[in-house]
Amino acid sequence: MANTVEQEKLIEVKNLKKHFKVGGKATLKAVDDVSFHIYKGETFGLVGESGCGKSTTGRTLIRLYDATDGEVLFDGENVHGKKSSKELKALNRKMQMIFQDPYASLNPRMTVEDIIAEGIDIHNLASNKQERRQKVIELLETVGLNSEHATRYAHEFSGGQRQRIGIARALAVDPDFIIADEPISALDVSIQAQVVNLMQKLQKERGLTYLFIAHDLSMVKHISDRVGVMYLGKMAEVAGSDELYDNPLHPYTQALLSAIPVPDPNYERSRERIILEGDVPSPVNPPSGCRFRTRCPLATEVCANVVPRWTEAEKDHWVACHIYDDEYKHDFK
Amino acid sequence: MENILEVNDLHVSFKTHRGEVKAVRGVNLTLKKGEALAIVGESGSGKSVTTKAIMGLLPKPAGRVKSGEVLFNERDLTKLSDKQMQKLRGSEISMIFQDPMTSLNPTMTIGKQIMEGIRRHQNLSKADAKKRAIELLELVGIPNPEERVKQYPHQFSGGMRQRVVIAIALACNPKVLIADEPTTALDVTIQAQILDLMKDLQKKTNTSIVLITHDLGVVANMAQRVAVMYGGKVIETGTVDEIFYEPKHPYTWGLLSSMPRVDSKNSELLAIPGTPPDLSNPPKGCPFAARCPHAMKVCTEFMPDYSDVSDTHKTACWLQDERSPKVEPPETIQVGGDR
Ligand SMILES: Nc1ncnc2c1ncn2[C@@H]1O[C@H](COP(=O)(O)OP(=O)(O)OP(=O)(O)O)[C@@H](O)[C@H]1O
Ligand SMILES: Nc1ncnc2c1ncn2[C@@H]1O[C@H](COP(=O)(O)OP(=O)(O)OP(=O)(O)O)[C@@H](O)[C@H]1O
Ligand code: SF4
Ligand SMILES: [Mg+2]
Ligand SMILES: [Mg+2]
Repeated sequence: MANTVEQEKLIEVKNLKKHFKVGGKATLKAVDDVSFHIYKGETFGLVGESGCGKSTTGRTLIRLYDATDGEVLFDGENVHGKKSSKELKALNRKMQMIFQDPYASLNPRMTVEDIIAEGIDIHNLASNKQERRQKVIELLETVGLNSEHATRYAHEFSGGQRQRIGIARALAVDPDFIIADEPISALDVSIQAQVVNLMQKLQKERGLTYLFIAHDLSMVKHISDRVGVMYLGKMAEVAGSDELYDNPLHPYTQALLSAIPVPDPNYERSRERIILEGDVPSPVNPPSGCRFRTRCPLATEVCANVVPRWTEAEKDHWVACHIYDDEYKHDFK
Repeated sequence: MENILEVNDLHVSFKTHRGEVKAVRGVNLTLKKGEALAIVGESGSGKSVTTKAIMGLLPKPAGRVKSGEVLFNERDLTKLSDKQMQKLRGSEISMIFQDPMTSLNPTMTIGKQIMEGIRRHQNLSKADAKKRAIELLELVGIPNPEERVKQYPHQFSGGMRQRVVIAIALACNPKVLIADEPTTALDVTIQAQILDLMKDLQKKTNTSIVLITHDLGVVANMAQRVAVMYGGKVIETGTVDEIFYEPKHPYTWGLLSSMPRVDSKNSELLAIPGTPPDLSNPPKGCPFAARCPHAMKVCTEFMPDYSDVSDTHKTACWLQDERSPKVEPPETIQVGGDR
């Protein structure tokens, strides 16, 4: 996907902020001035350590959370703008979410048919019971299950099967955009591959656009056209997925990639790792300047004083680090 | 090299309302002095139950070792009383669990928790135990250990808590350390710190490690030998190089190919279709037969014996039988390991 001329943007995120009030006067800056876009038909991967703001970004994108500041445009339409309930419903239909935990995200007292048809009912997509049934059966077959499964309950299924049900539920309203928040983290390796292959097949058939959130970088690389790396509420780097893995620019991305153990004993024996010291600081009281500076092996004085600019360091390769800023690059050896 | 731990034909079952769950069905393992053995395999294949049986930590009365032995320094641990096992645990064999929060007491300071372990097994004064606790925290890389011993678990981050758990496990210089998914709950950059720490400690103290993980990258990084489990059995075992570069069992092939690699550009992952067997009614033949692309008639009827691929490499698969057709591993398996 990466190099076609003039790609159309489906999602545009501009200076998005989501702050939470936590106890007393403290604010937790879960997402703090983040900008990126997602092209139509692509998979955008979002990675980063636990608590860096991936899920919050995803949820704010589809207005599950109100934005504190900034904008999200969906096909040019402002997601957080004032909307009648009808407009809101229409928008909700186009954007769906698949959740991490296939066990918790399905109501145990509902049959598979009712779970999948929830969206069909809300948006009146079936004119009678028979049509509803037919739709559900088609969806079950699309995700590799069958009509017999419709009358069963979610607890009767394995993790991989439940995640398929979750995907069928998201597909039921014929969305354009799906946010998959750690859709495979709870699954066994051999089952993960089944679900990922299914998601890719559906994307091809239906022209879906995905935001794929995960902390397994190898899986994100595998499924994504472009990848964004977050650190402590900020976007550190965005690039095409091969480019990001072959040529990481941000010191955090470099450390993250170097920390992934590769299933290849010879390589593991000979490779050199960048081991980061310390832990991720609290988002309630983040470091001044660059948020990564307390763990960055290359940090200098300017990093503590100035917030790095979001710069296009190479074509379609964006990074927030002073090393790539003409004004400050001379401060680094 | 000498075997420090040997598991021979171990069978473990659970009594449940659905009947007997045969979780471990004839497992053999050996652990040599100073080596790290990784146990990998499908969820529910019996990895945790095997190690709980070794440690005498099966939930009672539901879980029971039905037969087999666990030899540690030539003693059969399955024959020891609860009291004898208690004495052994934490001193000669220690265990680290996946979630550091569940193994720490939230109402007790970190220092006290480490000291308790030390004083249970060693005859040290309170002051000496405290000194040792501070030393241990330093050893596992916690800054300001003198201050930190006074704090509670919630004041530590996830990675630091796991370091504390490791410190407690190491408090009495155990000969064997069993780590069940010790880094699964941690971020990759923190995981890298912990793996580094474990390797470092292994070198310094010559502790033998049994590492359970589903992350084949972690296996390649940490282990010298690997046991692959499926359906309550070890279906293949060998050195890391043998398992990664010359795997023989179709499940091992599937496992290695269903994982994406950062350095690969494959468009589709090789998924293993289907789901693992129900261990309350285990198949009588090869446990993988229902999902195996190469399964033959004999596979569903009879469990294959182990065949020796080399002195260190064994697998239980009918494809090793000379009467079987020759099957090549999928292309996604790299041979020889040159990159
Ligand atoms: N509803 C909320 N109220 C207060 N704080 C929140 C809320 N939701 C998230 N946070 C905080 O915002 C930060 C970002 O959380 P988020 O869930 O987006 O992280 P994440 O990147 O998805 O992490 P993980 O990989 O663990 O899922 C965290 O510090 C979290 O504790
Ligand atoms: N307390 C129990 N009662 C009944 N069955 C149990 C109990 N504990 C484990 N089992 C069963 O024993 C089998 C092996 O479980 P075990 O926990 O060893 O799997 P595992 O290989 O560690 O999997 P995972 O990778 O998911 O941790 C499973 O089928 C499980 O359902
Ligand atoms: S024994 Fe048969 S079913 Fe089992 S892995 Fe080998 S070929 Fe496949
Ligand atoms: Mg999340
Ligand atoms: Mg387990």
